[in-house]
Amino acid sequence: MEILVYLIPVSLFLGGLGLVAFLWTLRHRQYDDPDGDGQRILTGDWDDHPKP
Amino acid sequence: MATLSAQISACPACVAAPAAESLAARAERPAGLVLTLPTAHCAACIADVERVLERQPGVRSARVNLTQRRVSIEADKAVTAEGMIAVLAGIGYPAHELDPGLLSTTQTDRRGRDLLMRLGVAGFAMMNIMLLSVAVWSGAEAATRDLFHWISAMIALPVLAFSGQPFFSSAWAALKARRLGMDVPISLALILASSMSLYETYAGGEHAYFDAAVSLCFFLLAGRYLDFRSRALARSAAEELAALEVPRATRIAEGREETVAVADLRPGDLVLVRPGGRMPADGVVAEGASELDRSLLTGETLPVGVAGGDRVSTGEVNLTGPLTLRVTAAGRDSSLHRMADLVAVAETARTRYTSVADRMARAYAPVVHILALAAFGLWMWRTGGDLRHALNVAAAVLIITCPCALALAVPAVVTSASGRLFRKGLLVKDGTALERLAEVDTIVFDKTGTLTMGAPEADNLSDMSQDVLSLAAALAAASAHPLARALSAAIERTGITAARVSDLREVPGFGVEGEWRGAPIRLGRAAWVGAAASDMTATYLRIGTKSATAFTFSDQLRPGAAEVVAGLQAQGKHIMLLSGDAATPVAALADRLGIVDWRAGVLPAEKAAVVAGMSDAGQRVLMVGDGLNDTAALAGAHVSISPASALDAARVASDIVLLGQDLSPIADALRIAQLARLRIRENFSLSIGYNLLAVPIAFLGLATPLIAALAMSLSSVTVSLNALRLR
Repeated sequence: MEILVYLIPVSLFLGGLGLVAFLWTLRHRQYDDPDGDGQRILTGDWDDHPKP
Repeated sequence: MATLSAQISACPACVAAPAAESLAARAERPAGLVLTLPTAHCAACIADVERVLERQPGVRSARVNLTQRRVSIEADKAVTAEGMIAVLAGIGYPAHELDPGLLSTTQTDRRGRDLLMRLGVAGFAMMNIMLLSVAVWSGAEAATRDLFHWISAMIALPVLAFSGQPFFSSAWAALKARRLGMDVPISLALILASSMSLYETYAGGEHAYFDAAVSLCFFLLAGRYLDFRSRALARSAAEELAALEVPRATRIAEGREETVAVADLRPGDLVLVRPGGRMPADGVVAEGASELDRSLLTGETLPVGVAGGDRVSTGEVNLTGPLTLRVTAAGRDSSLHRMADLVAVAETARTRYTSVADRMARAYAPVVHILALAAFGLWMWRTGGDLRHALNVAAAVLIITCPCALALAVPAVVTSASGRLFRKGLLVKDGTALERLAEVDTIVFDKTGTLTMGAPEADNLSDMSQDVLSLAAALAAASAHPLARALSAAIERTGITAARVSDLREVPGFGVEGEWRGAPIRLGRAAWVGAAASDMTATYLRIGTKSATAFTFSDQLRPGAAEVVAGLQAQGKHIMLLSGDAATPVAALADRLGIVDWRAGVLPAEKAAVVAGMSDAGQRVLMVGDGLNDTAALAGAHVSISPASALDAARVASDIVLLGQDLSPIADALRIAQLARLRIRENFSLSIGYNLLAVPIAFLGLATPLIAALAMSLSSVTVSLNALRLR
């Protein structure tokens, strides 16, 4: 069962990583317009370089 | 800025003055405009709107939010909402201005994000604890189990303290007000479960409910967030639609004009109302002659001529000539305010509707407490005072009975239904409106501005000779009167160009006159032109000494009006037309739409009385109207809908706002509301069914954390999936 010594911190770390990623998306307003973001990928505008 | 968009501007000066003031007031803020875009729905719409707006001078950036059907514009201060609305109208997107004071919007944004953050934290904690719990469920023993419980406690306790805050604070508020809301049992369950589990962990016990407590918190937050989202969306859009009321008036004091707030007007003051302006107070015409548009107050389509000595009422729109009024009643005493009082009476008369969710919560919260207490008492008695065991059972009962699925049952369906209605162009302002809409059996329509566009359209041009039309076009082009404008637009569409008429002159309140080949010609009111007045909306043209020709007008039908009436009749609803307009146009419209039950010349108070009478007779009335004369009826009806073009007061009084021009979504709305009610009932049965299965197990002390987790997750997931079937 010594493997637990590694596995528990690993699982906690991965969970924390997910949480940090979630908070990052939240802070960057990625949940403000789910419909619009879904539609925006369909337009050809700014395909070659990001909008300035 | 808000007051600006609404002014019917015939004179640039009266628009420019308040514009300058509000621009000055906003000088220190970054200029941001927010417009609603009810018809935007696809990727091409986003691209069109953004591209066109960004091409406008002074616009720095424009971003469409498709979820909220809005566009936010960052621009220089010189850019006005009216300009942008005109640009969007030019490419076929109707838009309305939202409150440019973005404060409230950002506040709701922040609250939403706050809830989402708590939800996310609870979600990740839940996953991690479940990971550990699965090991315990599958048979971890002794030291390993204790270690896992300790790690779970380390994650769960801070997470609950953070994520549970919305429940704790609202439970505390409820307790202080001596009420027992749904949040009290929730908080009790969270606190009792986590403290008992902490004690069990400390004592090396077998069962810890950390996973159940955190997932309970997660599911409840999900319900709370959905609820918040649908309400915030509706509230912000409906309440921030710019106000139509004009809060300023031009007072003439000692021969000078001054702009004052309407609230400062006193009886006896002299007030100047320019064409296009709204009457700021009740009064008597002291000077000038003009015609008034009363359609928003009474539903009459025909403009009414006024001259010196005639009485005018607040809210009527001056059409042709400048008028000087002597104020007889202002502010609280004016007819507009009396109308508002009527609304207040109607609102108190509307029986306070309690939603299904509230009724459930009210019945359910005591049951939860009593069950938990009974379990505690029973086990204290049976085990001869084993506090630890009795508390454990009570905690398990609380956790299992806790209204996880109940908390999701309504918001999940309402979110899904109002989302669907929103995509059809209906904004649900009130949370219980959907439930009430599902019960409707009678629909009362207003005529002017609701079933019709409220704009006249010339309908007998084909009977006229080309000469007559070209003369009429020349005269009509010289006036800003709505009939003249409609006439000149209609003639222009036939491709006939205006004749050359000299000495064109508008006589305010009467019409336009001029000279053509030496003969005087006149276009205007029947008496002035010398024609016999018909009871249709009409304007008359006389050339020289020949007898006058009448141009008749009818109100254009709102798109979808015929479909919605037919659709509702097909659903077996009773339809009624109540209008303040004269009998002839009302009868014509009723006949055209196939409405059997109609009444004309109805006063505002009578409208409210008719609606109240039907409600007393047990009918559930849906009122659809837009004018001030409908407001009391809108407030008194079981549920009400008004178009976005309606007066502010009417929109505020109604539960649902129709964002687009088209009326046809109303028939769909009724169907969706009935479907939503069905889903809500199914959801309640589902979650109560789960409880009926799980509570006896918990009560007998047989519950394990595994059973609690299963019951909770299964019921919540089924309920959410059932709600999604609505789409």
